[in-house]
Amino acid sequence: MARLKVDSLHFSFGYESILEDVSFEINKGEVISIVGPSGGGKTTLLRLCAELLDRQEGKIENTFKSQSVAFQDPRLLPWKNTIDNIAFGLKAIGVPAKERTHKAKEIALAFDLEKSDFTKFPKELSGGMSQRVSFARALVTKPELLFLDEPFSALDIGLKRELQDHVMKLIYKKEITILFITHDIMEAIRLSDKILLLAPDPGRIVKTFHFDVPQSIRDDEYVYSQTAKILGDREIIETFELEFK
Amino acid sequence: MKSLLKILRDFPAYLWSGWGAIASIFLFISCWEMGSQIYGTFILPSPKETFSTLYILLHDANFLENLFITLKRAMIGFGISLLLGTALGLLAGFFVTASIVSRPIVTILMGMPPIAWIVLAMIWFGMGDATVQFTVIVASLPIIFLGALQGTRTLESKFEEMADIFKVPPMMKFFDIYLPHIFSYVFPAWVAALGMAWKIVIMAELLATSDGLGATLAMARSQLDTAAALAIVVAMVALLMFVEYILLEPIKREVEKWRD
Repeated sequence: MARLKVDSLHFSFGYESILEDVSFEINKGEVISIVGPSGGGKTTLLRLCAELLDRQEGKIENTFKSQSVAFQDPRLLPWKNTIDNIAFGLKAIGVPAKERTHKAKEIALAFDLEKSDFTKFPKELSGGMSQRVSFARALVTKPELLFLDEPFSALDIGLKRELQDHVMKLIYKKEITILFITHDIMEAIRLSDKILLLAPDPGRIVKTFHFDVPQSIRDDEYVYSQTAKILGDREIIETFELEFK
Repeated sequence: MKSLLKILRDFPAYLWSGWGAIASIFLFISCWEMGSQIYGTFILPSPKETFSTLYILLHDANFLENLFITLKRAMIGFGISLLLGTALGLLAGFFVTASIVSRPIVTILMGMPPIAWIVLAMIWFGMGDATVQFTVIVASLPIIFLGALQGTRTLESKFEEMADIFKVPPMMKFFDIYLPHIFSYVFPAWVAALGMAWKIVIMAELLATSDGLGATLAMARSQLDTAAALAIVVAMVALLMFVEYILLEPIKREVEKWRD
């Protein structure tokens, strides 16, 4: 079975240790969130997993055949229009032009983009629209592994929910595996099977939370009650420095 | 290919948008006419006189030959600048040390007045083609070099990161990520360098050769033939405007339309 296995990973920039002895495993169909305060090494961890950075110590085994990503900023290529941006990942795997345009249009409509947006350049799209395009680009390739690097954090709650629902549909069907980086505990609880708490300086995993209730039957009440419970957790309070001084 | 068709399709609309420009040119010509009436045709020949002189010149085989000599010199110089400047600029851009080392040197080259280069070139190469072409190259190459350098230095790693996660193959990365960005810097530099080359070639010819438009202009000056001098100037400006606004500007619009 395809998996992403991180084993005693250490990483440092110069003398500054960023990650220390990080180990975890994501199996096919799982959603794992890495939660922690900003500047705690979350993004470094994701970049290592995605092979954007060279490993220094430890092992990373990635047996997924395809992967894609959605970042906090949409990172649309400014010289490509909406459809070509969505089709970018398809082009990378060699899908013929006609087919990829067709697929891109299909998913664009599913993401509530208008036909008139198809030929627009990113400069003409609003922030929310751009993020829709970014998600469409990430999902149109039907990736086995999806990296999410805080993609919801700059969105209004309506759009946040809408994009999460798109991801959720794939999670229900166990069609996708996700490594989700976030500082928002509530959105982590809504989506994930497991939350790893990454404490900063140096980044290390101090606690793992499991959520056994399937995502499809998690309602708002469940999310709120779990959030309240987790926010009372000693480790969370210390990691996010929540106590009143 | 698709872009080319688009440029051709948008061309009539682009031309149609030029009425404002034409109106202001006519305004300029009418001021010129006024100046001519005030100062007399010896100091400032009227537009009519200038254009009829130009018409005669354009039917003069000798003049046309000189025009082609100048065009050839400018194009050879500009062509060498274009190839060399782009290649060196890209190369320097990809290496931090090279870009740090080359930038001050280019600033010196750009700061050096072209007239100084002409003097030096005349000493080094004597009177003739080499002097003119050298000056054209030395004046236009830094502009292109800087454009290519800037384009490469400002490549954003965030797009590369995204492409790497999507496992984009190297060729596609070059054509879809690097090239559009770099081109948007290099192309305007080419246009600016072309304008520069055209001005420098005339100046160099005026001082260093006995043929070409510049030399024809020098001749007109020595014969106090103001009308011919103005006609040559009009021909030079018209040619540059034709290349810049009719040929290059539509291409520039197409390749830059994604920009803010």
